[in-house]
Amino acid sequence: MTLLISIFATIIATIKWYTAKDNRMQIGTLVLMYLGASLMWLVDAVFEYVEMGEAYFTPAPMDMLNDAFLGLSVVALGLVIWIVRLIIKQPKKIG
Amino acid sequence: MACFIVSAAEAAVVTVVKKTEEKKETNINDEEKVNGTIPLSKKLGWLSNMLWGGSALLAFEHVWHGEVVTWFPFLTAMADKKETIEMLKEMGTVGVSMAVLVTVVWAIICAGAEHLEKSGRNEVSEIDTVD
Repeated sequence: MTLLISIFATIIATIKWYTAKDNRMQIGTLVLMYLGASLMWLVDAVFEYVEMGEAYFTPAPMDMLNDAFLGLSVVALGLVIWIVRLIIKQPKKIG
Repeated sequence: MACFIVSAAEAAVVTVVKKTEEKKETNINDEEKVNGTIPLSKKLGWLSNMLWGGSALLAFEHVWHGEVVTWFPFLTAMADKKETIEMLKEMGTVGVSMAVLVTVVWAIICAGAEHLEKSGRNEVSEIDTVD
């Protein structure tokens, strides 16, 4: 579930990056962050599948809920890191 | 258990190499920069973002599962010798695989960007010839 949510976050961020008119918002950084995490969770999933077999695709409802909650928290953390980085690297000129 | 540490270590090395490369590139004159391809420091920046970002988000997952704590030695698996060995084994298999996959995907992205840039330059040179 965490892997799925991070993959969707990567796809949405990539679409936003592709359609952005300029690089002012540095969406590319967000894309690379989510892509890196998705690839790492993909490897984790492959190793888990090798270990668990078909049971990997039928998790308990509570585990799925916990994983979904974790996935959303990870997406939120990624956004927080991106916004903090954006403000530090490209502060909006006031006045 | 601590698979993200391998990617974080690679990220640290890549960041150092990127900084060194940036210093080298400042010595190159502007004309060379215009005619040249995407600078290596920029490409290393992409890899650095992938590795740091991925490691940070995975570290959060480990905190979530109680595998990383705020007190020394920070990894719960370090408390028991048997678990430490298991953790090191996981770092050697899952952790290394993660770092390798991210690096391979980065290499593919770099190759794609080079190809797009090259085809873009060819189009420009064709336009120049027509003029």
